[in-house]
Amino acid sequence: MRRKYVRALGAVGLSAALIAAAGCQAEEDDTAGSSDCGGKIAIFGAFSGPNSGLVIPSRDGALLAVKQHNEANPDCEVTLQEFDTQGDPTQATPVANQVTGDESFLGVIGGAFSGESKATMAVYEAAGMVMVSPSATAIELTAGGNEVFHRVVGNDAVQGAAAAVYLRDVAQAKKVFVINDGTTYGAGIADELTKALGALAGGTDQVQEKQVNFAATISKIKAAEPDAIAYGGYTNEAAPLVKQLREAGITTTFLGFDGLYDPSFPKGAGASAEGVIVTCPCLPPDKAGGTFAADFEAEYGGPPGSYGAEGFDAANVLIEGLAEGNTTRADLLAWVDSYDKEGVSKSLKFADNGDVDESRVVIWAYEIKGGEIAAQQEIKLS
Amino acid sequence: MTEALRHFNERRRHVLGGMGDRWRALPRWQRWLTLLAGVAFLYYLPFLGDIPGTNLIIPGLDWFRTDSIDGGANWAGVLFVCALYVLVAIGLNVVIGLAGLLDLGYVGFYAVGAYSVALFGSAESPVVGALQEQFGLSSDWAIAWAICIPIALAFSLVAGVLLGWPTLRLRGDYLAIVTLGFGEIIRIVAKNSGWAGEAQGVPGIPGPEGPPSPDNKVFGLLDIKPWYWLALSVVLLMVLLVRRLEHSRVGRSWLAIREDEDAAAVMGVYPFKFKLWAFAIGAALGGFSGLLFASRSAFIQPETFNVQLSILFVAMVVVGGSGNMAGVAVGAFLLAYLPERFRDFSEYRVLAFGLALVLIMLLRPQGLLPSRRRTRELQDRAKEAPVNVA
Amino acid sequence: MNFDALFGDLAQHTVDGLSKGAIYALVALGYTLVYGVLRLINFAHSEIFMVGTFAILGTWSLLGVADNPPIGMAIVYLLIGLVVGALASGATALTVERVAYRRLRRMNAPPLIFLITAIGLSLVLVEIFALWMAGFFSGRGFTENRLVIGIPPLLKQETVLSVAGADITNVQIIMVASALLMLYGLDQFINRTRYGRGVRAVAQSPDTAALMGVHQDRVIMLVFVLGGLMAGAAALLWNMRYGITKFDIGFVVGLKAFTAAVLGGIGNLRGALLGGLLLGVIEVYAATLTRSTWEDVAAFVVLVVVLIFRPTGLLGESLGKARA
Repeated sequence: MRRKYVRALGAVGLSAALIAAAGCQAEEDDTAGSSDCGGKIAIFGAFSGPNSGLVIPSRDGALLAVKQHNEANPDCEVTLQEFDTQGDPTQATPVANQVTGDESFLGVIGGAFSGESKATMAVYEAAGMVMVSPSATAIELTAGGNEVFHRVVGNDAVQGAAAAVYLRDVAQAKKVFVINDGTTYGAGIADELTKALGALAGGTDQVQEKQVNFAATISKIKAAEPDAIAYGGYTNEAAPLVKQLREAGITTTFLGFDGLYDPSFPKGAGASAEGVIVTCPCLPPDKAGGTFAADFEAEYGGPPGSYGAEGFDAANVLIEGLAEGNTTRADLLAWVDSYDKEGVSKSLKFADNGDVDESRVVIWAYEIKGGEIAAQQEIKLS
Repeated sequence: MTEALRHFNERRRHVLGGMGDRWRALPRWQRWLTLLAGVAFLYYLPFLGDIPGTNLIIPGLDWFRTDSIDGGANWAGVLFVCALYVLVAIGLNVVIGLAGLLDLGYVGFYAVGAYSVALFGSAESPVVGALQEQFGLSSDWAIAWAICIPIALAFSLVAGVLLGWPTLRLRGDYLAIVTLGFGEIIRIVAKNSGWAGEAQGVPGIPGPEGPPSPDNKVFGLLDIKPWYWLALSVVLLMVLLVRRLEHSRVGRSWLAIREDEDAAAVMGVYPFKFKLWAFAIGAALGGFSGLLFASRSAFIQPETFNVQLSILFVAMVVVGGSGNMAGVAVGAFLLAYLPERFRDFSEYRVLAFGLALVLIMLLRPQGLLPSRRRTRELQDRAKEAPVNVA
Repeated sequence: MNFDALFGDLAQHTVDGLSKGAIYALVALGYTLVYGVLRLINFAHSEIFMVGTFAILGTWSLLGVADNPPIGMAIVYLLIGLVVGALASGATALTVERVAYRRLRRMNAPPLIFLITAIGLSLVLVEIFALWMAGFFSGRGFTENRLVIGIPPLLKQETVLSVAGADITNVQIIMVASALLMLYGLDQFINRTRYGRGVRAVAQSPDTAALMGVHQDRVIMLVFVLGGLMAGAAALLWNMRYGITKFDIGFVVGLKAFTAAVLGGIGNLRGALLGGLLLGVIEVYAATLTRSTWEDVAAFVVLVVVLIFRPTGLLGESLGKARA
């Protein structure tokens, strides 16, 4: 028996040696392409898993941009490779190493969430690869002096300030109750709003993700008797919260941020969502240039949800750069830095820190009417 | 269908059944040689399919790499996560497999380890910020990584004892829910406390070469291979230590407690003391793994340390074969590696994971690579099955 | 710590907490029944509840239920919902027992194996709903849907009673009353009927029960169905009170319900009710005192403290005992 084992071991060793000897030359990389046009970019975010609902529209927007470009320029094809992170920084870091390690990738769209962006931006910076995020809005992402991070979406500070202006001037609120969901996004934007509100802020509560019963929050609101309620967070908690508020007879203005700029919010909250104000650093589809909304609907059979237009814009910034013949990472980064064009969600130009240039940020207030998110008015910051 | 399965199972048992005995019958030098080759192979893994130093590739082996598919993650990065989870599984195996305590909140210790190095080692953490202010230190001062290791180990050990002290008197099922609650408490406290960085998390966590920066030569941001080798070395070291422990007086006490707590107490093995030991040692291993995770990521946020991760940890141990260190290591590797390799399934990954758990438990309840003693225990239990259900 | 907010309106917070806890209690009954008989935590029970909420939602959309229908129609819809929810959850519970547990029971596998199987099965159920069924039941075909889905409100929530400064709504009364009623019915069933005697017999001693001619498999199936029925009823109350569902709500509710069952003494029917209501009240108190985000911490801390002093929960384990 022992001899048999040794023989088997020998056979394994021999075959390994044979394979090694027969090992072939590594294939030459041919994706670099012969022309000075086109190239490969990556996109990462939560495309599966529990948080994917918020991210898939922006990926679909990016895919649409690539498809339109490739149909219009068959001789200059751009490849968009998807990397699914499930929104988890633990999965996003090996992905970042993969993307930066593969020389054929010139730029990356992402990250969709602030957490995974923060976890990976140091890696992309070390590789000199430009990031264009469609939806990561946390302030600190652009505050740390990172060179490669850009976003096509206004940050929380701008939106918080705009919401404060709206609540004070339009809604004429004297006392605003501010609720956040404790996430990076929700807590961050609620902080900015509270700062901008100053003396108008009265009363606060922090709820948590997946919470469904808001009885305690409602008691606090009843005790504070505010003229308006602002909520930093996403649809999953906002829908039951608004339902319960209205059922408890609280009819004051309810204002949400771009996390609620999402068709599933009015669907989830039903009739209770009527009259809810949603601010968003994005243009209404009919004000946006081009035929994006109609194209998106034709492609995917539904309206672009949260950040769909931003995904489209982020992809276009990179695609246009590739089409202009930027074939190195450094060139593409320089291209994005000096980008200045009309996008679908807004007119795009980046400030030095990677934020959208402040003069270009537009913030709109939307109102939920008849189960649809209808544009109400632009909020002027000054 | 069931017949075919049973037949297949019989044949498999026939083929594989004697493997362990055959292995033990080999002369010592052959066993050492195989082990050595195995360890060498583990260190070679990040290059799988390549021959380092040349650009020859070995056809076939490439298929196993996670970056061989479109949208796949970096191979060394995945291996690093695998190594971390193997370390976690070895620690949790001490608790579940050796001492027989069901811990559903192991992620808590992982989080304590990660937060220790983050809060004390990062110049950007609130704790270090407070220390800088208190003692008038410069704004990039922080505690060195090497000193953070004993701090992290101490904190997770203390966390283990703190959790174990009041709860280890509870019976199995009660312990499960209490530990689950503990894991949640750690996450929620980290998420809601200013000193722990709240939901924003803590950036700038150092590694062996200091804070993360593109200038780091070995443990840098772009190449993860050195990180994998570091984690692998820690794993091998811990395997040796835990193996010694398993065959010591402590290990035999755990065994006695697991099989019959009352009998052990009568024979003079004080169950509480040894359970607490198991808890604390398991906690320290989990904490070490968390520390490596935080150092490599350079950034952590509380949502990483959720219940689902705890459940994944328990699943690694049980699927691999609780009680057997090689088994739990294989379980941990597979549960971390397979979802990454088969990304093509993308949205069906969780579904496939759930199905795999059910099937493995139904067809092979002792785990993929069980310990011999565990298998016997299961066979004994089957004989004692209630009368009219068989 | 805002004690003024808590004590200024204590009655109201208590009412809120009790109505919140009623659902925990009904779901906790399912954990307790199975544990009492099999000494096993049925971790997939949370998904049995989740399936109920979707089945009711699907039926209502099929019937074309609009917002706030006339009261007569609302009652008809609620009754149909109760039947559908109970059927769907009961059937799911039976399937879980058949697929996941029966084979393991034959092997007399240790509890840990059951636990992992149950976790696996509950992942499978959650993903099936996230990938296909949630979309289907919300009328969008078999598409992936991981977002919250609205359910039309059937009863307008109105304050019908004011006691000691607390406004009590009709829905809150229905919730607490149903929980009490269901427990009473279940208690009577277990203690007064032949089937109930079988359940108690198996809970006390499976071997003896078998010798006395009790068919163990049937008793166990019965227990799973009963737990499923309770979960179905809880699903109806859930849809009525919160008006939303989602693929992963089972996890949220199940974790709390399980905590409630352990708090009251797992295996004890009255314990499940007590634990559920108590947990609801603790959570509302804690959320009022601090921020809502701390309510889970409070719930778990109370659980640990209770278990330290009463290691088998408030009322102890006792399905097998005569007092149920």
